[in-house]
Amino acid sequence: MEIRKLNFKKNSVRALGDKTLQQALHYTTERFTSARERAKREFGELDNLREKAREIKRRTIENLDDYLEILEENVCKAGGKVYWAEDAKGAVDTVLDIARKNRVKLVVKSKSMATEEIELNRAIEGEGIDVVETDLGEYIIQLANERPSHIIAPAIHKTKDEIARLFSEKLKIPYYKEPELLVGAIRERLRATFLRADMGVTGVNFAVAETGTIIIVENEGNARFVTTVPRVHVAIMGIEKVIPSFKDAAVFLSILARSATGQKMSSYVSFITGPRRNGEIDGPEQFHLIIMDNGRTRVLGSEETRETLYCIRCGACLNACPVYRKAGGHSYGWVYSGPIGAILTPQLIGMDRALELPFASTLCGACREVCPVKINIPKILIGLRRRAVENGFHKNVKEHLAMRIWRFVVSHTGVYDILTSLLYVLQHPFKSDGKLRSLPLFSQWTRYRDLPVLKIPFRKRWKRLTVNRGPRG
Amino acid sequence: MEIIRKGPYIMESKKAYLFVTCLVDNFFPQVAESAVCVLRRLGIEVEFVEGQTCCGQPAFNSGFWQDARTVAKRFLSVFDREKDGFIVCPSGSCASMVRIFYRELFEEGDKEYGSAVNISKRVYEFSEYIVNVLKETDVGAFYKGRVAYHGSCHLIRELGIREEPIRLIRSVRGIDFVEMKNYDVCCGFGGTFSVKFPELSAAIVEDKIQSIVESGADTLVSTDMGCLMHIGGIISRRNLPIRVMHIAELLASR
Ligand code: SF4
Repeated sequence: MEIRKLNFKKNSVRALGDKTLQQALHYTTERFTSARERAKREFGELDNLREKAREIKRRTIENLDDYLEILEENVCKAGGKVYWAEDAKGAVDTVLDIARKNRVKLVVKSKSMATEEIELNRAIEGEGIDVVETDLGEYIIQLANERPSHIIAPAIHKTKDEIARLFSEKLKIPYYKEPELLVGAIRERLRATFLRADMGVTGVNFAVAETGTIIIVENEGNARFVTTVPRVHVAIMGIEKVIPSFKDAAVFLSILARSATGQKMSSYVSFITGPRRNGEIDGPEQFHLIIMDNGRTRVLGSEETRETLYCIRCGACLNACPVYRKAGGHSYGWVYSGPIGAILTPQLIGMDRALELPFASTLCGACREVCPVKINIPKILIGLRRRAVENGFHKNVKEHLAMRIWRFVVSHTGVYDILTSLLYVLQHPFKSDGKLRSLPLFSQWTRYRDLPVLKIPFRKRWKRLTVNRGPRG
Repeated sequence: MEIIRKGPYIMESKKAYLFVTCLVDNFFPQVAESAVCVLRRLGIEVEFVEGQTCCGQPAFNSGFWQDARTVAKRFLSVFDREKDGFIVCPSGSCASMVRIFYRELFEEGDKEYGSAVNISKRVYEFSEYIVNVLKETDVGAFYKGRVAYHGSCHLIRELGIREEPIRLIRSVRGIDFVEMKNYDVCCGFGGTFSVKFPELSAAIVEDKIQSIVESGADTLVSTDMGCLMHIGGIISRRNLPIRVMHIAELLASR
C-alpha cells in the first residue's frame, strides 16, 4: 500500500471544477436519497429496525472475539477453511497462497470493499494471474485503473460516453451509444470469463456465526456466478462483519437494501455455507474464509469511536452528506469516502496520513439521520479532531495561536470589551455599503461572502432596554 | 445521541435569562433586542446575565477541548449565579452546545459536571422556548412578505426541533409562507469549516441559494445567525433581492 498523505482539500477543489463530475454526483445522490426516502415512507418499520440493528451490532462488537470463534468453528464444520489476517499483507498473502496451491490462472471477483482496501487486484496481477472484476461498476474502475468513488456505486463519476469508450479501448468491444447494447456485450464477455475462471473472490456482507454462513448481497447476479462456477471460493471479511444468528440477518437484510438503493430487497442474496457438498450439482470444491483485522482492533480499542465498526457499508451517509455531494469520493483519497470514510480512514491508516478528513465536515448530522445502524458520525468526527489536536497531529501554528488568543479574550470581560470596541473602530476603513467586502485575515471568508460589520454590542445596549422597557416593545 | 426533551421543567417560567451568543452580541445585536421585545410581549421578565461571552463551541468543534473547557467553565460560572430559571438562546447551535455537548466536554466526576447537567436542562432555543414552554404560537406579529424558512442543522438534528419555528412563522399575520425545497439540508456554514474549506462551503451554499430563489421568497428566516451570515453573505455579495432575518426579528415586527 502506498504510504502517502491524502490531500482532501486539493482534491476537492479539483472536483468542484469538474462539471461532469458535479452533475453525476448531483444526479446519483439525489436518486439514491429519494429512493431511500420512498422506501422509508412505504416501510414504516425502518426506524424501529434501525434501533434493533444498532443493538445487535453493539452486542456483537462488545463480544466480538466470542462470535468470531463461533463463526470459525461453524465454517470449519461446514467444510470450509478459516484464516486470520492481521493486516493487508497477511490477507493478500493468504489469497496468493491459495491461488498458487490450486494453480489458478484466472480469478473472477465480485464487488468487495475489503479487497479494495488491501489492493488485492494489483497483488494477484503481480503474481502473473489474471483477475477480472465482474460487478459492472467495479469492472469499469478496474479497466480505468481507478478507485471506487462511492461505496455501492463505484463508477458514478464516469459518464456513459466515457464508459463506452473505455470498453472499446481496453476490451475492443464496439463503441455503443446505447447502454443496453453495451451492457449486453459486456455480459457476453463476462459469461465466457466466468466459465474459464478457477477461483472466485468475494467480500462478505454478513457472516452468521451460528451456522457459519456468509451472506452476499448484490443486484447483478455476478456474485452468484463467482461463488458457484470456479473450483475455489475465497471470501474476505473484516472482523466486524460477523453477526450472531440468522434471526439477526433478517433485520439487516430488511434495512440494508432500503438504506442503500431504496429497494425492499436486493435482486440477489446468496447464503453460502461451506463448499459444495456430496450430491450437490454446483458450488466450489473449496471454500476459504479470510477474517481480516487490518487496523480494526485499534478501532475496537477506543470506546469513543468503536461504533465506527457497526457500519454495514450501505452508502446512505454518502448520499446525504453535503460535503460528499460536492467533493465526490475520490477526494477522500482512499477506498472509503463520505462520512464513513472521514471517520474510518484516519482510524485504519493513521491520523498522520488522513489528518484533513475529520475536519472536512460541517457536522450537519445528516449522515447520522440516515445511517441504518445510527452511528453517531458527528460525535466521532469531533472525537477524532480532538485526538488530532491533543496527540500533536494537528500542527497548524496559526490555528493553535488563534485558539489561545480567543480563549484569553473571551475569558476576560475587560479585554473582550476593549478588543471589540477597538475592532469596531478599526473596521471603518474597510466598510462599504454597511458591509465588509474584503478584510485582511478574513480573506477565506470574504473571498466568497460579504461579512457583516461589528455593531455596538447588545451587552452595551441592554441597559437602555431595561430603562425603556425595550424598543418596539 | 440522547436528546434531552423534558416536559416543562419546574422552573419559574415567567423569567428568562438571555444567552445572546457572541455572534449575535457583536454582529447582530438587533436580534437579541427583538428577542427581548417578543419575550416581554409574552409577559416574560427578561434578564441579561452580565459577563457572558462565548459558550466555547468553536474550540470544541475544532478539537481544542482544553480551550473549550476553559471557556465553558466560565460560561457555567456566569450562568450558575442564578440557580433557577430558563436560559433562552437565539441559536439552535449554541443551545445544543450547552445542552448536549457540555455533557461530553465534562465527565462525571469533574467538578463542573453537576453544574453542566443543571444548566443543560435550563437552556432552551428561542423558538422552542416559546412553543414548548410558553405554549404560544401566535405572538401577535405582523409581516408583509413571502417568507421561506431554513432549518439549521443543530436545531433539527441535535435538538430535534423541526416544527416549532415553522408554527411560529405560519402564525405571523400578513405573511405568505412558502415551502422551500430541502429546507432542512445544511447550508455549508459549519463554523470554522467555512474558512477551512471555503471552496466547498461556497459550493454547498449554492444549492441553498437556488432553493431560496426557486421558492420565490423575498425573505429568508432561520433560527441561527451563523447560517444566515453565510447565506446572507452570498446574497449580499450578489445583490439578490432577498432579505435574511432571524426568527426573533420576524416575530418582533408588527
Ligand atoms: S456509516 Fe451508516 S450510513 Fe454510512 S455506510 Fe455505514 S452503515 Fe451506511
